[in-house]
Parts: sequence; C-alpha cells; structure tokens
Amino acid sequence: MSLPEPAADAARLLGRRARIRPAEWLFWALAFAALFLLPERHLILNSIAVQALFALSYDLVLGFAGIVSLGHAAFFGVGAYAAGLMTKFVTGDPLLGLAAAGLAGGVVGFASSFLLLRGSDLTRLMVSLGVALILAEIANKAAWLTGGTDGFSGMAVGPVLGRYAFDIFGHVAFAYSLCVLFVLFVLARIVVHSPFGLSVTALHHNPLRARAVGVPVNRRLVAMYTFAAIYAGIAGGLLAQTTQFVSLDVLDFNRSADVLLMLVIGGTGYLYGGMIGAALFVLAQDQLASLTPQYWHFWIGLALVVLTLVGRERFAKRLGAFARLLPGAR
Amino acid sequence: MLTILFDGVAYGMVLFVLACGLSVTLGLMNFVNLAHGVFAMVGGYVTVLLMNDYGVPFLATLPLAFIVAAALGAVLERTLYVHLYDRSPLDQVLFTIGLVFMAVAAADYVIGSQQQLIYLPPMLSGRLHLGALDIGVYRLFLIVVCAVLVAILHYIVTRTRFGSRLRAAVDDPRVARGLGINVNAIFALTFAMGSGLAGLGGALGADILGIDPTFPLKYMIYFLIVVTVGGTSGMMGPFVAAILLGVADVAGKYYVPELGAFMIYGVMIAVLILRPQGLFARGNA
Repeated sequence: MSLPEPAADAARLLGRRARIRPAEWLFWALAFAALFLLPERHLILNSIAVQALFALSYDLVLGFAGIVSLGHAAFFGVGAYAAGLMTKFVTGDPLLGLAAAGLAGGVVGFASSFLLLRGSDLTRLMVSLGVALILAEIANKAAWLTGGTDGFSGMAVGPVLGRYAFDIFGHVAFAYSLCVLFVLFVLARIVVHSPFGLSVTALHHNPLRARAVGVPVNRRLVAMYTFAAIYAGIAGGLLAQTTQFVSLDVLDFNRSADVLLMLVIGGTGYLYGGMIGAALFVLAQDQLASLTPQYWHFWIGLALVVLTLVGRERFAKRLGAFARLLPGAR
Repeated sequence: MLTILFDGVAYGMVLFVLACGLSVTLGLMNFVNLAHGVFAMVGGYVTVLLMNDYGVPFLATLPLAFIVAAALGAVLERTLYVHLYDRSPLDQVLFTIGLVFMAVAAADYVIGSQQQLIYLPPMLSGRLHLGALDIGVYRLFLIVVCAVLVAILHYIVTRTRFGSRLRAAVDDPRVARGLGINVNAIFALTFAMGSGLAGLGGALGADILGIDPTFPLKYMIYFLIVVTVGGTSGMMGPFVAAILLGVADVAGKYYVPELGAFMIYGVMIAVLILRPQGLFARGNA
C-alpha cells in the first residue's frame, strides 16, 4: 500500500534528515582511531567519553525537550553510586553494573520528571536544582553507605565480558567507555528520528500547536526526561567503574553547570554538540588545571560570560561549518 | 524555644536583606541572576578586611560595604547585565553562573580560601537575659537594623514616586517608556540598590553565615528560595518567606540535625509544585 502524495513527501523529507552523513562516519572513525593511535592518552580520552555521554544525555533534555535544568548531576551521581554499590555488594560484572546505574538514574528521573511539568523555566530550574541538592545531601549524610565525604571505594570491577580486565593505563577503560557511548549514541539517534523523537522536538518548538495536533505533551516530556536520566545514570556508572571510585562531587552543582557549558560550547539539539563540547571542555580543563590547578574555574566562568555576551548562536555557527555536515534538528 | 525563634527571626531578617535585591531583579524584572551572592560576598569581605587589616570600627564598615557592593553592581549592570535583559533564561543562567565561577576563583586567588573571622565590638557581643529569654545582643541588633531597612524599603516601593515608576517600568516597560519614564536608569538604580543591600546583608551576616570564597554558591539556593517562594507581589512576600526560611532552618538544625538541609529543599519543592507562582502571587492581571 503506498502513501498518499503529501504524506510520501513528508516521509521522504524526514528520511533525508535521518540519513547518515559522511561527516558522521568521519567523527566515529576518528574516535575509534584514537583507540589505536593515542594509547598514552587513554585516561583523558576515557574521561572525554564519559563526559560526552553525560552531555549527550543533557542534550536530550535541553536541546530536544527544551527543559532548562540545573540539576542534571542528580542522575549522574545516582548512577555512579548505584554502579559502585552493585559492584561492591552484588557482582563485579561491569555491564550489570551499568544496567543498575541506568535503572537507578531512570527511576529518579521518572520520579522527578513530574515535578518539572508545572511552571515556567524558572520553576524548573529551581526544582531541578533542589532535587540535585537533596540527593547530594542524602549521599553526604548516608556515609555508612556512600562513604560520605571520604568517597566510596573498595570496588573490585570485574573484567568486561569476562575477558578484558581493567588496567591502570586506561586502555580497556577507554575502549569500554567508547563502545558504550557508541551503542547508546546510535540508540539515541534512532530515538530522536523516530516519530516519538520528532514529536518531542515539535512540542519543544511550539507546545501549543503540538498539543493541538494531538501530541500528549506531558507524557512525552516525562518519557524523554526519563530516557535522558537513564543515559546520565549510565554515564555516572561508567565514571565509577573506570575510576573505581565515587566521590561526593558526582552530585555537585558544578557538575550540572559544567555539562551545561559543554553543551553550549558544542551547540544544542543535534546530538553531536554535547560530544564535541565535552571533548573541548575536558581538554581545556586539563590544560588550565595544569597551568593553574586551583583557579581553573575562573577561566571556565570567563568562557561562559564571553560566550553568552557574544551570543552562543553566533558561536555555534562558527562550529556550524562542521555541524551542518551532521544531521540536525535545526 | 523562644531563643530559637528569636535566632531564626534574626537569621531570616539577614536573609531578607540579602535577597531583597534579587526579589526585584528576578521576581519583578524576570532576570535570572544567580550571581546575586557575589555582591553579598563583596560586602562581607569589605567589612571583614577593613576591620581586621585597617582597624575600622564595625559600624563604620557597614555603609562602606553597601557602597562598594552598590558601585560594583552599577558597573556590572551598565556594562554587562544590560545586554542580557531580553535574552532567554538559559542565557542569563549561563552568564551569571560564569560570573559566580569567576568571583569564587578570584576571591580565592586574591584573599585566600580560609573562612574569614569577624570580631564584633564588645558593645554588640554578649547576651541579654530577659526573664526566660536568652538573647544575643548582636541578634537583637540585626533584627532592629533589618526591621528598619524593611520598613524603609516597603515605604520606597509602595509610597514614593520612584517606587511607582519602578512598578510601572517592571509591569510594562514599553508603556512606561512611552510615558516618559527613563526605564533604563530606573533599572540601573534598582540593580545598584539591590546589590548594595546584598553587600550590606553580607556584612551584617558575616558573623552568622561566615565569609569565604564559596559564599555565592553556598547561599545561592537560599536567595532563590526566598524569591521563588515569596513570589513577586512586592516586598512583603519575600519578607515572610525569608523569616519562615530562617526560623525553619534554625529550628531544623537544632531539633533534627540529622535531617540537615532536607527540610528546606523539601519545603521549597513542595511550595513550587503547589503554588508555582510562589506563596504570595499576584493575580493574573
């Protein structure tokens, strides 16, 4: 059965937008090439991969669903502790640990998403910030479980798939994180180009009209937020497993602000922005921290101020030459 | 019991002075200013450093704390904030978080990361015993000073020509401009006053809250709670919210210390869910 003409046009248009561009092959080829070409940089590459997954998750919330949140670290932190506890008390298998991390992030995300449905941007900011602060306070007070300010240690993470044990140079860690990132990215790409993802983008651009054409706005927001929270949880789990340590700063306000900055650097709403931003952010942080170990947040702050004053739209357009080669929501 | 109530009220008063500037910029002008605590920190540092390094008496440092913070606020408003009034909340959040990060690192670099100690003059330290009531003199001083400030503020906003111009400029900047009100100047002046009050609050509260480089981040959430819970109906909403917050925080820490800050955050979320416009919202005019 063939579609009527206008519907077929629309389907073709959407299909064209979802097509895989050459630059995407290049992006992932570069990422996987780093696995073999830069073996001495695997530790920092691993942290890029983890942050990239976290930023990807935040892009789903901010760039696609249009929710400005200041507490995305909540899910990251919950995932990190979940993976840690799973490893310590149940099983050392990394993939099961990640599943626990994603589940924990998702549950917290689902529960807190209902708080975000009401009110304006400001209310959402405040509520998301409040949720993250409460969780940070819980982790701090429940020191018998989380180690409190001393951090959570004593995790013995088993080998990946029962074969590849983690080493101190981060080789296995980076390969593992990159593969997880890739798989989850492909899934996210499918989701945002699915009818579900398109309807979320639609309600971001015009909630009133989206409601009028029959998109259940609240249910879609809950689903997208939960989906993103699962990703953030897994990112936290990755961090916990690859560093074998969880400290309280996984729930820190700074972490929520950092991921916002990463996304702003890379541009929102096309999935690659967060990953590019994460790479630039982590590299810049590494350089700055070696120059001025204590004060690097000053430069991060300066970057934020300049970025917003110059206009992040304009900045994103600079990157746009590259961004246009990638599939976009713009 | 009464002592706790009293301490809570004093704490709440300080919070109100700290946050009332924000209740205008955020509550009335709809500018998400997360950097409000920076001005408070500046005021606190002015007082502490002048007292400890130059031996200036405590009371004499208070006006200076106000002036320095107000001047800083005015400069930043004219040079930076003014470009962001009609941007999206996201831009405003990014910009002001950037300012906070810079201020925290700069204070750490210039002054050092240690908590600053403040030595109150003997006149203001010590305690009074009134029957069953056991009051710190400084707490009493805070309540009196802040109550006077609140009365003056309320008078300015509701009774003076400047107040009515401010309300007009906030409600509808275009019409206000059309009526010949210099909206930009009013916003700038208001912002400077708000920053100055924050500076004064930081100076007054230095003894209770402590002053160190992470001050803007540590108390950001408190200011935001005062404003969002208090709503945007004028000065009274944030005032009541600040007092409630102060009493709840002090009582919570005294009676159920293991709960820590949960109560505050929990109450905030509950209020925001039930009354997204705050406790004292003005009707949908």
